[in-house]
Amino acid sequence: MTSTLNPVRKRSALTKGQLPKAAPYIVLALALVIGAAIMALIGFNAFGWGIVSALLFTAGLVGWSAAVEGSRKAKDKLVTCLVVGAFLVALLPLISVIWTVLVKGLPGLVDPGFLSTSMNGVTGAFDNKSVEQGAPVLGGIYHALIGTVQITLLATVISVPVGLLTAIYLVEYGEDRALARAITFFVDVMTGIPSIVAGLFAAAFFFAVVGPGTKTGAVAAVALSVLMIPVVVRSSEEMLKIVPNELREAAYALGVRKWRTILKVVIPTAISGIASGVTLAIARVIGETAPILVTAGFATSINNNVFGGWMASLPTFIYTQILNPTSPSNPGPSDQRAWGAALVLIILVMLLNLAARLVARIFAPKAGR
Amino acid sequence: MTSTSLTKPQGAGRAGDKVFSGATLAAGCLILAVLFGVALFLVIQAIPAFTAPAADIQGGKGFFAYIWPIVVGTLIAAVIALVIATPVAIGVALFISHYAPRRLASGLGYVVDLLAAIPSVVYGAWGAAFLAKEISPAYNWLANNLGWLPIFQGPASATGKTILTAGIVLAVMVLPIITSLSREIFLQTPKLHEEAALALGATRWEMIRMAVLPFGRPGIVSAVMLGLGRALGETMAVALVLSSGVLTASLIQSGNQTIAAEIALNFPEASGLKVSTLIAAGLVLFVITLGVNMIARWIITRHKEFSGAN
Repeated sequence: MTSTLNPVRKRSALTKGQLPKAAPYIVLALALVIGAAIMALIGFNAFGWGIVSALLFTAGLVGWSAAVEGSRKAKDKLVTCLVVGAFLVALLPLISVIWTVLVKGLPGLVDPGFLSTSMNGVTGAFDNKSVEQGAPVLGGIYHALIGTVQITLLATVISVPVGLLTAIYLVEYGEDRALARAITFFVDVMTGIPSIVAGLFAAAFFFAVVGPGTKTGAVAAVALSVLMIPVVVRSSEEMLKIVPNELREAAYALGVRKWRTILKVVIPTAISGIASGVTLAIARVIGETAPILVTAGFATSINNNVFGGWMASLPTFIYTQILNPTSPSNPGPSDQRAWGAALVLIILVMLLNLAARLVARIFAPKAGR
Repeated sequence: MTSTSLTKPQGAGRAGDKVFSGATLAAGCLILAVLFGVALFLVIQAIPAFTAPAADIQGGKGFFAYIWPIVVGTLIAAVIALVIATPVAIGVALFISHYAPRRLASGLGYVVDLLAAIPSVVYGAWGAAFLAKEISPAYNWLANNLGWLPIFQGPASATGKTILTAGIVLAVMVLPIITSLSREIFLQTPKLHEEAALALGATRWEMIRMAVLPFGRPGIVSAVMLGLGRALGETMAVALVLSSGVLTASLIQSGNQTIAAEIALNFPEASGLKVSTLIAAGLVLFVITLGVNMIARWIITRHKEFSGAN
């Protein structure tokens, strides 16, 4: 009688055989609780808890779905769990790397003089003293910063004209000729040259031309250019291609010569994309270690001459400080300097990436696309 | 007079045209010359290593006895990296292209691209200082429970600085490459194919299996090949993470070496014939990566008309 007066709300036939909307949340809560219980039995740690809970969640949701909805829906749920899991797994190293660099790098970075002194005269004795008697950690990355900026700047000066002109040739003059197709193909191949081979090339070239054992910042800049040119060509080519043909034709119709059309119409239209592509290319090569390692040597003092003498750079500074600590018995201060330099390097790269995005957004032409 | 003043700027313009197109052509040819030069100078500097008496080469048994263990080591590290990175990368690419809420998708893609922005030396430092330490208990477990497999033969390295750790770091580094290429291809799947599959009652996974994956297969293959090229040539992750040694089958003991790391570790102090040997090793690496990349590009161009990945 009560049932007739106050009927139980039956689920519609259309939603029958489906999990309730809240099913994932229910399973998630259960998985977290059971996972915590299991971890409490075998010794708790947050990483293991996450993994156990994720496995329990997947098993629970897929099992429930298989019981209620059938195997096809269950398989769909399983794949969804795997795909989301893959994304979370991919985030782990990113978070871990950034966290490690922040935690280990901050003490080095806030050290007074870290950004304004070089490693000139800093010996293992100072490091031993700072470990044993608590003296401040001496030495910094000023020489490496100068090296990185000069080498990267020189590489940019070489790569941008060559890369941009090649992109112009491919888009404006190439017209699918055999040479243009060959260039496109080999630019793609060049993108895949291992960075250390680029370094060896520059070293081999200068050994043959200038003399054996030639190691200067300029050699490193040539090595970086080999890596940078294909990136600049690809991104500039893409940007020149999307300049509407109407603009070129309008210029030709006014009697403007082709080269002036390119310089005054095509490039200004594409400049935001080209500039952001160049910035990204700089961000890519500024962190390259291997080519600089085999071409510029290591220096511990300031060298302002990119064409003469060994030169330090941030990546090689990190590498040598970790692999050959200044004081082999007390690697702590060297580690601190290396991580401080790593933090500076990551900040530089992130700023360049951010700058590329800003440049692309701010200078974007207001095209009616 | 007036006619000359009219023709003069025209003449200048014609010269400008010639100069400009000549400059662009020269830049294009310069790139070809550089690539040719890479091969040429590496060969010139490497020749002494091939012609020198076998006893003078490091190891004393000639160049090929020196190079083949590190070629195998390079391949082992690259294969580990791909085995780990490929499934994860395809999962991430699917997540960004078909699973994530539309509004978040581009932001999430940027987050994955951040992985590519981190310099390799930082990955190497992270692998050596953090990952190797955290992962060594797992190696002990593998040695105790799966030790009967040659690749997990104990005793496990106490520091965790093994080829498997180096492979994991390499996997993290190639992940963004494979992800971003696969993502582009998945996004190009014709909408009509997807909607047709869904309209026939397919679940999301069935739609992906029937419409997205067959369409993207050549693109995935070439993305993996490009990742392989990167993993083969990556230096710092291995040089800093691996405590190198002779070629060993076990992945959880220290040992093995890759070409790139061998060069980076030895080149700065090398002189004379050692330089030639290392440059010859670089030439071998160049040839291997060139082959891998050319195959990848060939697959891409062959499927260009419907994959659009380039």
